[in-house]
Amino acid sequence: MKDSNYDKKLKEEISALDRVGFDTKGETERSGSFLVIDNKEEESLSREDELIILPITLALKEYPWVKDLLFSIVNKDKDKWTKMVAEEEQIVGSFIYVKEGVKVQFPTQSCFFLHNEGFDQILHNVIVLDPGSKLDVITGCTTGNLVTRGRHISVTETFVREGASLSYTMIHDWGAKTVVYPRTAIKVEKRGSYTSNYVALTKVGEIQSNPVAYLSDEATVKFSSIIYGRPDSLIDMGSRAILKGRGSSAEIISRVVSKRSRIISRGYIEGGNEGTKGHMECNGLLLDKKSSIYAVPELEASHIDTELSHEASIGKIAGEQLNYLMSRGLDEESARSLLIRGFLEGGIKGLPRNIQDRIDAMIRKATSKESI
Amino acid sequence: MEEKRNKELLLEIKDLSVKTGDKQLLYGVNLNVKEGEVHVIFGPNGSGKSSLVSAIMGLPNYEVVSGDIRFKGKSILGLGLTERARMGIGLAFQHSPVVEGVSVDILLRAIAKDKKIVHEITKETDLKKHLNREVNVGFSGGERKRGELLQLLAQSPQLVMFDEPDSGVDVENMGLIIKIVRKLLQKDLPIMKRKNCGIIVTHSGTILEKIHANIGYVMIGGRIVCSGSPLDIFDQIRTNGFARCAKEARENERFQL
Repeated sequence: MKDSNYDKKLKEEISALDRVGFDTKGETERSGSFLVIDNKEEESLSREDELIILPITLALKEYPWVKDLLFSIVNKDKDKWTKMVAEEEQIVGSFIYVKEGVKVQFPTQSCFFLHNEGFDQILHNVIVLDPGSKLDVITGCTTGNLVTRGRHISVTETFVREGASLSYTMIHDWGAKTVVYPRTAIKVEKRGSYTSNYVALTKVGEIQSNPVAYLSDEATVKFSSIIYGRPDSLIDMGSRAILKGRGSSAEIISRVVSKRSRIISRGYIEGGNEGTKGHMECNGLLLDKKSSIYAVPELEASHIDTELSHEASIGKIAGEQLNYLMSRGLDEESARSLLIRGFLEGGIKGLPRNIQDRIDAMIRKATSKESI
Repeated sequence: MEEKRNKELLLEIKDLSVKTGDKQLLYGVNLNVKEGEVHVIFGPNGSGKSSLVSAIMGLPNYEVVSGDIRFKGKSILGLGLTERARMGIGLAFQHSPVVEGVSVDILLRAIAKDKKIVHEITKETDLKKHLNREVNVGFSGGERKRGELLQLLAQSPQLVMFDEPDSGVDVENMGLIIKIVRKLLQKDLPIMKRKNCGIIVTHSGTILEKIHANIGYVMIGGRIVCSGSPLDIFDQIRTNGFARCAKEARENERFQL
């Protein structure tokens, strides 16, 4: 039985969700808000007429066409996890929809919160931006203070219609032993643009996520990820861009830091039409002897007129830089902290101000002298 | 006696030999620098000038084989870079590394004890526009040199070492660099009030025209081969190159043998 103490605690934890960008106090401008706690949609709120935010079940009733979008770009038989989502009787998840030509000024926030120890959170989310529309989304995924174990299994299908523009920022701050399997696909139609920013800086059991974007003519996609692997975490993260349309382009940037963790940093770009361009940068930093990073940058050209390139590097903190900072009186931990922070900050730039500030604050916290 | 009471001996180097790997860089160097003094070290490329200031700073790879380095009366051989810097030793690097991701502003705030000076010193070094840029990334030669001095202004060391502050600097930057070097060495204070001291490493000597130094040395092959009035030495080098010093050094060596 849930008592009042439980409710009080839950309330406290909800008010602390701003650590993953979810503002419950009205301190930052937000166009809308969506919150799932375990498997319950607690809040779905839009402050704009043409921005629709609903639990997915309601969206299916109100917009019959949404049904055709489910499992249209993520294959339901892809793996065990997508099957689990497909087999759920009562689907839970968010529906975010911006109508044609509407440019939403402030970010919409969403949060997937695991509150009960050992819970399986299974979600199916759909985002649709109609032609010419624009939206920034910030999504925070996190667990309650005392939760260590739990699973987050989700399918997210995103549709950026012609000339629309979506910036999607995801912050992961899971419990130490949580396992996380998001399956994400994005369809970017003609001249549409999709920008993904992924941030994971805290301890987690396992994350395995490989979002894939399919691009039509002149569409663009940019995936940026910053990951700080903590002791005993296993993170398998990679972005894929399939440049099917003429003149479409992709950029994949990842900065990963491993501290006694294993990180697999993948990237895949397929240039499949004329005038397509793709570039990838995977940079890794190892902090100690027990860390490992496996960088897998892959390029596939299936058209003669495509330009694809990648740069990958893995190394430790440069002794020369460390000595330089220490010769100015910084102790070794402060110098390392500054260098790790700088390395991660280089991975994500140019976000809307209040999202960038949030991420910068998270990086500062994650790389403070005490936490490195 | 009065001189000694007022002017403390800050840096004392005794019979210092230094190596890196199997290669010996310095042989039995002696040097004493008091408060308010500026010493200049001349020498051709590869003669050991940079090795000497690097060893004083405590950079790794400069292994002291024998001898001692004392600062403010204490041996600093067992101390790391941070401790030496915090005791008041500072070095303007000849080749400063780029530090990607770290902005000049963040670095200065990490260095300076008094954060309020950041604004003023960036103005003085004409680097205000560089505050939000990554340290040394895409900096021109002159900007790098000024950046080094800017960091030293934030650190405010008592022993200030300049490794080739004038090399590769154009006329436009030179005036500003001289002004800041003078400030770091407290050249605008009355002599008796100067507490800082300096070591300037130079192979061209241009900077000496504007900054008065007390003693000059010529270093060749890891040894100090002669010392004297800095301007005299500079004149000699301009007239005869380092050849004459080298010859004297060889004769000296023979004499010692």
